[in-house]
Amino acid sequence: MKHPWRTAAFALGAAGLAGLYLAACAGIPTANERPSRYGQLVNRLALAQRHVTDVVTAVNFDFRGFDTIGEEYILFVSVMGALVLLREAYQKTERDDEEDARTPRREAGPSEAVQLWTLSMTGPTIIFGLYVVGHGQLSPGGGFQGGVILATAPLLIYLADEFKTFKRVISYRLVEVAEAVGAGGYVLIGFLSWFDGEPFLTNLFPLGQTGTMTSGGMLALINLAVGLEVAAGFIVLLHAFMQSSLHDPKSKEKS
Amino acid sequence: MSTVGYVVAAWLFVIGAYGIASSRHLVHLCLCLAVVQASTYVLLAVIGYRPDAPAPILIGIKPDAQTVDPVVQALMLTDIVVEATVLALLLSLIVQIDRRTGSVDPDEVDLMRG
Amino acid sequence: MDLAPLPVTVPLLMAAVLVGAAPLLSRRMLDALACLTAACNLAVCTLLILQTAAAPRVYWFGSWRPVGRFPIGISFVIDPMGAGLAALVSLLMLAALVVSWAYFESVKSLYHAIMLVFLAAMCGLCLTGDLFNLFVWFELMSAAGVTLSGYKVDETGPLQGALNFAVMNTLGAYLSLTGVALVYAKTGALNFAQVGVALAADTSHDVLLPIAFLFLISGFLVKAAAFPFHFWLADAHAAAPTPVCILFSGVMVELGVYAVARLYWAVFAPALVALDTPLQGLLLAIGTLTALVGAVACFGQRHLKRLLAFSTISHVGLMIIGCGLLTPHALAGSGLYVVGHGMVKASLFICAGILLNRFESVDEFELQGAGRQIPAVGLLMALGAFGLTSLPPLANFFGESLIDQSARRLGFEWISIVFMLAGLLTAGAVLRVTGRIFLGWGHEHEATSRGSCKVALKREMHSPSRKPPLTMVLPALLLLVAAGVVVPAADLGRRMLGEAHAFQDTRGYWQRVLQEGPPPPQKAAEPVGPSARDIGRQAGVALAALAVALLALFPRALGNPAARIGGAILVGIFKPIRLMHSGRIGDYVAWFVLGIASYGLILALA
Repeated sequence: MKHPWRTAAFALGAAGLAGLYLAACAGIPTANERPSRYGQLVNRLALAQRHVTDVVTAVNFDFRGFDTIGEEYILFVSVMGALVLLREAYQKTERDDEEDARTPRREAGPSEAVQLWTLSMTGPTIIFGLYVVGHGQLSPGGGFQGGVILATAPLLIYLADEFKTFKRVISYRLVEVAEAVGAGGYVLIGFLSWFDGEPFLTNLFPLGQTGTMTSGGMLALINLAVGLEVAAGFIVLLHAFMQSSLHDPKSKEKS
Repeated sequence: MSTVGYVVAAWLFVIGAYGIASSRHLVHLCLCLAVVQASTYVLLAVIGYRPDAPAPILIGIKPDAQTVDPVVQALMLTDIVVEATVLALLLSLIVQIDRRTGSVDPDEVDLMRG
Repeated sequence: MDLAPLPVTVPLLMAAVLVGAAPLLSRRMLDALACLTAACNLAVCTLLILQTAAAPRVYWFGSWRPVGRFPIGISFVIDPMGAGLAALVSLLMLAALVVSWAYFESVKSLYHAIMLVFLAAMCGLCLTGDLFNLFVWFELMSAAGVTLSGYKVDETGPLQGALNFAVMNTLGAYLSLTGVALVYAKTGALNFAQVGVALAADTSHDVLLPIAFLFLISGFLVKAAAFPFHFWLADAHAAAPTPVCILFSGVMVELGVYAVARLYWAVFAPALVALDTPLQGLLLAIGTLTALVGAVACFGQRHLKRLLAFSTISHVGLMIIGCGLLTPHALAGSGLYVVGHGMVKASLFICAGILLNRFESVDEFELQGAGRQIPAVGLLMALGAFGLTSLPPLANFFGESLIDQSARRLGFEWISIVFMLAGLLTAGAVLRVTGRIFLGWGHEHEATSRGSCKVALKREMHSPSRKPPLTMVLPALLLLVAAGVVVPAADLGRRMLGEAHAFQDTRGYWQRVLQEGPPPPQKAAEPVGPSARDIGRQAGVALAALAVALLALFPRALGNPAARIGGAILVGIFKPIRLMHSGRIGDYVAWFVLGIASYGLILALA
């Protein structure tokens, strides 16, 4: 045992912690008796006052929309953080891009089966991602989920060929701006009602018809902003990690 | 039924924390942190459950019917996003630590002693 | 047009703008925009303090007011305590951004954007009235803080500090989220007031309540660097950039204490009334341990930033004691202490930053005598050190006298001793360092003697000059002056006491949020007057700190045998403390688990 004192202290503490955890859980009411008033209120109001059928999205982007701003900015800050922490790679971008364009591919590329599959899936992935983003207020989905799906489309292209192609396909500067637009856009949408004298983030747009993509008023717009931000954020993140590991001086032999 | 959920949640928390405490590889440490987070998902999911209730998608069910708690699911969504982003930050740190010190053993990076 | 959402939303929007428009903005414009945003925040928060002086305001986001008295949206509950803390955050952020003017290259606009997001998260935490919203701002604050502390990726020290920071805070946050889940399971609500009402009405008296409370505050105790969760703070401080250290020590850690106090008095106080005494005892014990361990570890440091970090830990322990006494006087004292300490500590860190940039080191022995070239900075540092002993007219003096009076009234005379020890050890350490660096006193040590933090630091400025830059000296001076002036000028003592009474009025808070009726009549605040005895005591502490510093610098003054025995005793105390702070994350996690289990068992079995 490498650290006997540490393991002993941990074991003692963990036993106590587990005991406390379970003792607390014992006090939770059984499933039938748990208070459900919040859920019931939200169910009723989501349909009646927002014409929205996916109540989870309504909670995330309308009732508790302010939380989601914080959550979106956690993603934003983490992407910025990854860029800051991996920044040598980030700062060498232009120089390496030129060198990249000159060097031919060193190893054999992916097999044709992989290329066929990934390239043919790229289009459907984008469509599916947009579908999930756009239908967030109707069925399970929304900006976050759809955004992640959209971010995998360039990744498929990377898998089909190599990092050079990934970089060519995404315009890095545009993606960065898109991320900022998505994040700032959500806050701006909240400010729209503030300028009108209403509290921040009040849903002011026409609510549309239940069951259509335009239902939910501002909710649909917020969904799009978040989808944009998440997709762009994850693409930037992937770019940063790949740039940093693929241009690692220690691993020059990798492509 | 719920009891199993609570035990799993408690177990995940403790075993994840053990993984962090005894880890010898920083990436393993990150993933153990993800295991600890998983315990919060399990706890939230169990808390949100209502017996014989459909999902909170109001298509084809009466608006006043009892559904599984939607608020808890919204909390879980936020939780998942938070976890993914924290992991991204930690992994960036680890990439740089590896580059600077050539090691990813948490016990070897001990400049902060004292 | 309501000011309430602005302290959070404006910095967030500006951060997005800075990132999106990065190629169009020069470094000067970035600095200007960021400083302007922080200044606006300061103005807005000050206005909010004035607006809510009569009664707290409740602001419902998205216009989701309570339905049938059941809240379904997120609220900000703004009172002068919360708005005041947000104002302090904005002030220190402004100081940090000004100090950054002379600083390192920013990666495009990312530094400024992340600082603004950090500002928004801290303000959000001060103003919120919802459990999950509190968690979200806490996580945002941690994410931004981790990035800022690991900013200087060229060196390994910051990376390790950031890693320890990230893992410990995240672990604490997950436990807090577990607490939120438990509370939600019990009450079906997330709004502070609604949860409080439901918990107080619950008659089952099971053990979920104290355990959920402990889990909830555990994340914030980790953030507040309470014992035994404090290890990460020194690591994160040791190599973080100076502006970031200002924020960490000045406000970020104090926000943890605020969150614990807010959770207790807005939610749990009536429900936990049966546990008043054990809880008071627990908080006092945590505070005392933190204060003493921090003070002793502080004295044994030679790395200036780490030394200041341990002194922060010690003083936060004193703030926890103030909250733990559970009386309005002591709470008001804690509030004043936060204000005074924040400003003094910020000033001290700026001095450390000046030294770092002039001499590329913050090691006490390496810098011996070097500071003779910049005596003005030495004077600032000495003043700051005396500030740590809570001399009048600094805000922390008034804070300490309030806490002391309250402690005596409750029969806890020993708390005075804890305060005095913490003050004299931390101030003594800084005075010792000041004497060694700026006067060259003390016998020479090799620069590489064993047993201390080996973090090497590089120059942080991109255009070093011989004179310390005005953008650093001026904020340091102004902050010290502000700490001395704020209580007399704003009658802060009396106001803080009135606000503390309101802060602890749980049922008044609930009524304000849920029934939105007229505020309950506020108890008139008794006039606050530190006695001559308090002044005398603090003067004594200051002199003792000076004596301790001189003894540390000239141990032979007492004669060789005494010096040797003294040295042996000190090593005997310092060595175990130093061993405890191993820098290894595995040890920290073991301490965390053990600490939570111990505290939880005390509360559950009481």
